[in-house]
Amino acid sequence: MAIAGATIATLFFAVPLLGLLWRAPWSSAWEQLTNHETLVALRLSLETSLAATALAVVFGVPLAWVQARVAYPGRRLVRALTTLPMVLPPVVGGIALFLAFGRLGLVGQYLDKVGVHLPFHVPGAIAAELFVSMPFLVLVVEAAFRSADQRLEDAARTLGASRFSVFRRVALPSIRPALVAGAVLCWARALGEFGATITFAGNLQGKTQTLPLFVYVTLERGELAAAIVPSLLLLVISVAVLVSLRDRWLSAL
Amino acid sequence: MFDWRGRAAVVAVGLVLVMAAGCGSSSSKSTATTTKTTSNVNGALNVFAAASLTEAFTDEKATLAREKPDLHITYNFAGSQALVQSIQQGAPADVFASAGQSNMQTLVDAGLVEKPVTFARNTLEIAVAPGNPKHITGLADLERAGVILVLEDPSVPAGKYALQAFASAKLPAPHAKSLELDVKSTLAKLTLGEADAVVVYVSDVKAAGTKVQGVPIPAAQNLFASYPIAVVKASTHKAAAQAFVDEIATGTGQEALRARGFLPAG
Repeated sequence: MAIAGATIATLFFAVPLLGLLWRAPWSSAWEQLTNHETLVALRLSLETSLAATALAVVFGVPLAWVQARVAYPGRRLVRALTTLPMVLPPVVGGIALFLAFGRLGLVGQYLDKVGVHLPFHVPGAIAAELFVSMPFLVLVVEAAFRSADQRLEDAARTLGASRFSVFRRVALPSIRPALVAGAVLCWARALGEFGATITFAGNLQGKTQTLPLFVYVTLERGELAAAIVPSLLLLVISVAVLVSLRDRWLSAL
Repeated sequence: MFDWRGRAAVVAVGLVLVMAAGCGSSSSKSTATTTKTTSNVNGALNVFAAASLTEAFTDEKATLAREKPDLHITYNFAGSQALVQSIQQGAPADVFASAGQSNMQTLVDAGLVEKPVTFARNTLEIAVAPGNPKHITGLADLERAGVILVLEDPSVPAGKYALQAFASAKLPAPHAKSLELDVKSTLAKLTLGEADAVVVYVSDVKAAGTKVQGVPIPAAQNLFASYPIAVVKASTHKAAAQAFVDEIATGTGQEALRARGFLPAG
């Protein structure tokens, strides 16, 4: 029974991938991958996803450390809040971002006055990706901080190191493998982001049309073959990320 | 520390999370509702219709619920080109109503639909925020610096027509800030306050009511989009599908369309 269940589950994941491979236009794959539109979308995707990952590290690591080390009222609420985008439909995230950072949004109306525009601009695509991907980094890094030996940090404190110094010189080096794992997972999620981006950032070549949006728009135009090749590229990247994580970094958990 | 099985589990969970999250959305909207009672035309119909038909067809459904109560209609509203895609991929559509002839022609050429009939026409209009804060008077104003313009992607009929309108007006190709995948998302960018102006159908402006204001495009620059409707050949409820098509083309559907700003077919 267990084997049958496991087989069905595995096939459920494997068959759709086979479907992609089955219909892939292998003879023209290289042309599909290197045509101008695909390359523009690929380049934008790489830039925005790396930017989102960098921002996630800068803000997410301190958040993860505070969550792991500082007991304060409302910590569980903050944890729920900061992992919410993992289960929230991305399109809902996109609408929420709109209402917050759009031109008439809660915060956006003030951003607009100082000339900061997110929707329809590259930073909007980055913001959408950051919103959905940062929780992956926070979750992995927080778990690592929790399992790291807190006595080392306590010892450093008693020896007179400041809290920031402890964070930078003791806590951070001890979780480096998890940080890399979290960042890679976060990057993979940012690279694949679709729903929040198309809702919040719009769809314009070179500005907000990332590779997943390009795949979708191409499919809508009826160019199935042209949509499959970049899909396969995203698939290959995802698989590569997970394979490399398994062998080298996730063991830190 | 996990043993190897624990690690494999973590990897598996990670895979599922990344994959699931990556494909978490779709822009096609569908509305599903059914009505029931008794009468002579029976059948559960899946009607695939262009996004711009949303209000008129929804009104018509209420009418048919009274007059042909055994017709159980489920609508799938999306960009016409997306609907063509789904029908080509074997989606269970009984009726297809398209904005523009070319999308319908794709299905006619593929032998997937019966002979289509044109049931309405629509024309383009500029939509702006109430009070017209940017003082838009025509297509030329949409190119002005400081006006955030959002259009449809040229793969969508409305997007293609908008480009043609700019060409007829002897204007350069417009610099839109975003190219949306159907007219309703385009209009949403305006009603959400993110766009200053959009080009959509007259019927969409009318449907949005007081949330937007229309700025007409002169007839010399404008064009008429025709709306064909056809029974899908693979339908298992052809009689009911034909009854729906007839209602839209010559029956109560015409009143519903007129009330929503559509022009007669002829």
